[in-house]
Amino acid sequence: MLGSGLLQGLAVTAKNFVGSFHDPARFVTTQYPEERTALPEAYRNFPFLVSESADDPIGTLRCVACQICEKECPPQCIYIEKSKDKKPDANGKMQIYPAVFDIDIAVCMSCQICVEVCPFDAIEMDQVFEIAATDRFTGLILDRGALAKPNRYFHKIHPQQAADVDERLAAERVAIGKKAQAAAKAAVPAPPPAEPGSQPRKAAPPAA
Amino acid sequence: MSPAATTNDPLLERAPVILRDWLTAFLPEPARWLANCLIIIVAILAVFGLLFAFLTLAERKILGRVQNRPGPNRTGWCGLLQPFADGIKMLTKEDIVPRAANPVLHFIAPVVILAASILTFAVIPYGRHLLPVELDAAVLYFFAAGAATELAVFTAGWASHNKYALLAAMRALAQLISYELPLLLSVVPVVLATGTLSTSGIVAAQSGWKWGVVPHWVVFTPWGAAAFAIFMVSALAESNRSPFDLPEAESELIAGHLTEFSGFKYALFFMAEYFAMCASSGLAVTLFLGGWHAPLPALEFIPSYVWFAVKFAALLFGFILVRATMPRLRIDQLTRFAWKFLVPLALVNLGTVAFWSLTFQWAGPLQLLRWAVALGLVAGPYVLLGRGLTTGLGTRTYRFA
Repeated sequence: MLGSGLLQGLAVTAKNFVGSFHDPARFVTTQYPEERTALPEAYRNFPFLVSESADDPIGTLRCVACQICEKECPPQCIYIEKSKDKKPDANGKMQIYPAVFDIDIAVCMSCQICVEVCPFDAIEMDQVFEIAATDRFTGLILDRGALAKPNRYFHKIHPQQAADVDERLAAERVAIGKKAQAAAKAAVPAPPPAEPGSQPRKAAPPAA
Repeated sequence: MSPAATTNDPLLERAPVILRDWLTAFLPEPARWLANCLIIIVAILAVFGLLFAFLTLAERKILGRVQNRPGPNRTGWCGLLQPFADGIKMLTKEDIVPRAANPVLHFIAPVVILAASILTFAVIPYGRHLLPVELDAAVLYFFAAGAATELAVFTAGWASHNKYALLAAMRALAQLISYELPLLLSVVPVVLATGTLSTSGIVAAQSGWKWGVVPHWVVFTPWGAAAFAIFMVSALAESNRSPFDLPEAESELIAGHLTEFSGFKYALFFMAEYFAMCASSGLAVTLFLGGWHAPLPALEFIPSYVWFAVKFAALLFGFILVRATMPRLRIDQLTRFAWKFLVPLALVNLGTVAFWSLTFQWAGPLQLLRWAVALGLVAGPYVLLGRGLTTGLGTRTYRFA
C-alpha cells in the first residue's frame, strides 16, 4: 500500500537513532585526538631508514647509498648523495654511506617499491601519519636525521617483518663469517690460487 | 498574552504574565501597553532565535545519530556552542553581491522572507495565557503572512541575475503554490468543526476528555488524523525541507535561489526556513494536537506552555527524522503528489468532516456506524488514490544498459 515503504524507512532510521545510544557495535566513531585505534600491523605510509644503533642513528645506517631506490622510485621523491669516504658497516666491511638522503613525502605515494628493491633491508615503511607541516616546501622534505630510526623501532611497528629481516641478516652474517674462515684456511696453504678464483666473479658484471 | 490572567490558575501557569506586568507596572497606561507589546516581541525573537540556533545543532546531532556518528561535539560541552561558532562564521563572511544583480532586491529578499516568517508567530497560543495577538481570523492571518515568503523566494531568484537561481525560484514557486492548496484545505475541516478561525477558540474547542482519558483533540477523529497527515506533508513542502527541497537541489541547481547569497544574507534564509518549520509545527499543535492542553487530566499540574513545548518538540523531531530518511522527489513526482493525491484527499476530507458534524447527536450503536463511515471515507480514497498514483510506475528496466 502507498506509504508502507515510507514507514519502513522511518523505522530503519529510528532504529539507528536509538541504537547509536546503546549499541557500541553501531556507534563505531573513535574520538580521534583523545582516543586512538590500534593501527593494523600491515599499515604503512612513508619510508624510513633503519639504523643498527639507537644511540647513533645516522652513523649506523644500513644504507650504503647504492641508489637503487632512488632510481626505482616512481614519483622520484628520493634524493641521495654518496659519501666520499667509507666506513665499516655492521659486518665490518668498509662501505660508502649516504651523505645526503632526502625523501619528499609530499611527493611520495607510499608504493613501497623502495623497500622491495633494497638489497640491504635498509629502508622500511613507517606508520607515522601525523605529518602536517606549516611549510610544505621544507616541512615535508625529510632528511637523513629525520628518516633514521633504530631497528628496535622497526621491531615495534612491524614485528613479523622485522624478525624476518633480522633472521636473513643473521644468516648472511654467518655465511660471511664462514666464507672468511674458508678464505683464511685457503689462504694459508696456497695464497696465489685464491686470487684467480675470485677474479672472474669481479670481472663478470662488465662482461654482461 | 491575554491580560485576563485569572487568579485561580496555579502560580507557574501565570508566571510569564506576572513577570511582564511586574516589569511594566511603573509605567502610565498608553506607554505600558506599548511596553507590554515590546516585551512580547522581544520574548518571541529571543526564544525563537535561540530555538533556531539550537535546532540547527539538534538537527545535526540527530542526523548524525541516525547515521551512527556523534554529530558536532567539539565546540563547547557536547557541541553546545556550535551554533554560535556558526553564527560568528556567517557574520564575518564577505557579503558578495553579483555585479549584474539588482542590489536593492538582493538585499530585501532575505529581510522579507525572515520578516514574513516571524509574523506568523504572533497568532500561535503558546500557553493558557500566552497568546501574543488575539485575532478573530488568526488562521487566515497565519496563511496570509506565511504566503509572503513565496514572494521573497522569487524575489531572491530574480534579483540574483543567475539562471540557476531563477529556475530554482520558479520551481520553488510552483512547489509552494501547489502545496498551499492542500495545506489550506487540510485546515478547513478544523475550522468547520470548531466553527471559529481564532486559534484560541480552536484550542478551547479541544479541551476536555472523553471517558476521562481520551482528549478531545482533532487528531483523534478520522477526519482529523487525515487532515493532520495532509497538513504535515504540505507543511514539509512549504518549508522547502527534505524530501521536498527541490528549490535547493544542489545536484541540479547549485543552491537554488540561495546561489548568489553569502554570509549573513544566507543565514537569514536559513533562519527563515527554520522559522517556517517552527511556525508550521506550532500551528499543527494548535489545530490538531490540542494546543497547550495536557493529554491527561492528572497531568494538568504541569504548566500549559510546557505541554505546548513537548508537542512542538515532538513534531520538530518528526521533521528531522523525515529529513534523515527520505530521498528527494523529482519535480513531476512532487506536483503530481500535490494535485493528484493530496488535493483530492483533502477535498474528500471536507465531506467527511461535514458528515461528522451533521451526525454529532448519534448515540449508541449509531456511534459505531458514524465511526465506520468516517473511517471508510478516509481510508477508501487513500487506497484508491494511492493506487492511481503508483499504477504504471513499476520497477524500471533498462533495455540498453
